[in-house]
Amino acid sequence: MLSRVADSIYWLNRYIERAENVARFVEVNLNLLMDNPVGVAQQWDPLIAVTGDRALFNERYEQATAERVLDFLTFDATSPNSIRSCVRAARENARSVRETISSEMWEQVNAFYLQVEDAAQSKESKDSYAFYSEVKMASHRFAGVMDATLSWNESWHFGQLGRFLERADKTARILDVKYFLLLPSVQEVGTPLDNLQWIALLKSASAYEMYRKTEQMISPAGVAKFLLLDPHFPRSVKFCLKWAEESLSQIAGVSASSTPLSSQRALGRLRAELEYITLDEIFQQGLHQFLDDFQVGINKVGSCIYHDFIALPGTPEKSAIATANALQS
Amino acid sequence: MSFKDYDPGDFYDELFTTRGIPRETAALLIERIESLSIERLIQQQQAAQNTLFKLGVTFNVYGDNQGTERVFPFDVVPRIISGQDWLQLEKGLKQRITALNCFLDDIYNDQKIIKDGIVPRATIESASGFLRPCVGLKPPKGIWCHITGTDLVRDRQGTWYVLEDNLRCPSGVSYVLENRTVMKSSFPTLFNELDIRAVDDYPGQLLETLLELAPDHISDPKVVILSPGAFNSAYFEHSFLAQQMGITLVEGRDLVVDDGHVKMRTTKGLEQVDVIYRRIDDDFIDPTEFRADSMLGVPGLMDIFRQGRVAIANAPGTGVADDKLVYAYVPDMIRYYLGEEQIIPNVPTYFCEDEKQQSHVLSNLDSLVVKATDASGGYGMLIGTQSSKEEQTQFAEKIKTNPRGYIAQPTLCLSRMPTLIDQSFQGRHVDLRPFILYGQSKTPYVNPGGLTRVALREGSLVVNSSQGGGSKDTWVMNGV
Repeated sequence: MLSRVADSIYWLNRYIERAENVARFVEVNLNLLMDNPVGVAQQWDPLIAVTGDRALFNERYEQATAERVLDFLTFDATSPNSIRSCVRAARENARSVRETISSEMWEQVNAFYLQVEDAAQSKESKDSYAFYSEVKMASHRFAGVMDATLSWNESWHFGQLGRFLERADKTARILDVKYFLLLPSVQEVGTPLDNLQWIALLKSASAYEMYRKTEQMISPAGVAKFLLLDPHFPRSVKFCLKWAEESLSQIAGVSASSTPLSSQRALGRLRAELEYITLDEIFQQGLHQFLDDFQVGINKVGSCIYHDFIALPGTPEKSAIATANALQS
Repeated sequence: MSFKDYDPGDFYDELFTTRGIPRETAALLIERIESLSIERLIQQQQAAQNTLFKLGVTFNVYGDNQGTERVFPFDVVPRIISGQDWLQLEKGLKQRITALNCFLDDIYNDQKIIKDGIVPRATIESASGFLRPCVGLKPPKGIWCHITGTDLVRDRQGTWYVLEDNLRCPSGVSYVLENRTVMKSSFPTLFNELDIRAVDDYPGQLLETLLELAPDHISDPKVVILSPGAFNSAYFEHSFLAQQMGITLVEGRDLVVDDGHVKMRTTKGLEQVDVIYRRIDDDFIDPTEFRADSMLGVPGLMDIFRQGRVAIANAPGTGVADDKLVYAYVPDMIRYYLGEEQIIPNVPTYFCEDEKQQSHVLSNLDSLVVKATDASGGYGMLIGTQSSKEEQTQFAEKIKTNPRGYIAQPTLCLSRMPTLIDQSFQGRHVDLRPFILYGQSKTPYVNPGGLTRVALREGSLVVNSSQGGGSKDTWVMNGV
């Protein structure tokens, strides 16, 4: 398939997944605030860190108030990782590959886009929980429609690859941010408020119910283990990397003799690390350090994929594709 | 909803002979529409519009910085063309495209028509669509223009005329297909009761036409559609056609000339391309031969084309016949190459180059239509009857400084037909763009009907989507 098309399908899925994850953070935080006792400082700041746009936010605003953060993450079209920006970018990518994806996928993305644009126009929806659930559902619908209508060929695998890498990245980020913020309050460990916070963290990854079935008691270590290393939960980092790797090997073509591509090596290494590391080892090097390293690793996988499949070496103007598509991040 | 208040006026009406009397072919349609309530009809119209919007059947408006996408407004009242009328039109269109292909091959090679004094050399060589790099070119199977969308109009008497040929990359066929889909779901029973000719085989016919162009020794040719990209106003159509034909949509940046072939960049390396259905203008196709600043084309493409290692449809250079001065010679071409009289007449055309004709044009600016010879899409023209004195003075100036750049035609009183406007039926002017495919192995294919465009503004004669036009489904009746 065309490199440009592969790139667009990959990013289409990443952006949809990203919009969904942003909606998760916001929804859960809104929920959490209602349970907080009066007088406890509202925690909006961590949300900015999750999308990685703290510098931009600080440039514009001095303080992270609920209203500013909500707008920054939801409807602000100039904020690169707001839900609106993600869905717009997803649609632009979808539009440029309409002939490759199924009509149903396009209609789903287009409907998603119209829905978010509509909500952005009408002020009322801005503090509506329904909106965030709708975003999550729209993302699920997209994934379902893609699985049910697109041949599971190279296009589909590029989509899967994008979705799982994005999801792994977001799960790791949210764990990093929350852990860092929640853990210092030693005196509050085990208090009802503390438990609520951990539950909120799990919920933002839609992991609460599944966690209870596996680990039962809420504990910081348990949460970290579940989100990082659970082999069956579809949002755990380990799970995501496993399926990303599967799709990548399908794309690269399975042949025992051939030397693995740089992206396969990068992803394989990262996955193997998660496959065999224990929670104790993670805590020995420090969770934050571990997640930091993981981010570096996953970024490397992204740039290797670009190098292996999108910007082909040896063609005279590989910059031509790079100029238009490589700016996506 | 009743047509009793509908006034066909002093125009040729496509559905009515006079007030209250529908044309024979339209009788059943009118009866059915009259049996629907106004609410139901408006609902159908909105549902159709919503479907088109949801499908993303949109076009981008140039010069609109918002990057706004709009749905080409759709009107539920279809146009009907009788089987007999269509038979004549079909013949006329086939005749015309055959003669135009002869003409293109001639002027880029032997130039007999110039040597025999039928068309002046200066007229050809001054046409902006005449491309010197194409001189001496032998396109695959000798065909230059494979895909045409000819603009037809009718005057007050109902006589059909050819208004423009559009030999470069005419668009609109996707609307023909989508409008039909929408109409079928809105009025399923009518399609059972009436014998309406199907339009759906266009993508199949087009694919066949394209496949035929591949070099003979290639058993499984790779066909692609070359689009300027998602920001082009006709992008929807490009992706729609690619999807319908199951071919790859490429942009210039996906293609590269390598090792004597055009290839596309895939995730598995470079893959050879054999046929390119290009939807970018001649000027942009190859920056090494034409516009050097083109980011849309493929450097070196023309060389490979000349060597016969890739086919391009339509071939570069076809735009010369879109020049409005060259258009005026089409009747002569038909006589010269085919020895026939033209079946669908041209609109009479005054040459501003000619001193006598120019003075006639200048003294009748308030009644004529003046057109820039190299423009299309309803741009660069003056409609005398609807213009101000100031605009007329401006055009007079333009004509005097650049007489080659302008022609004039009598203002045709375009036919009208009922259109749903503000909860009532009102007469609006329409034109018709049928789509014609010209291949080697069989007679030309004309898709039954074509795109009916309607000028939604009252009294307006401009049907272009960019200027307040809408569209209708077009029904060609079998038999009658």
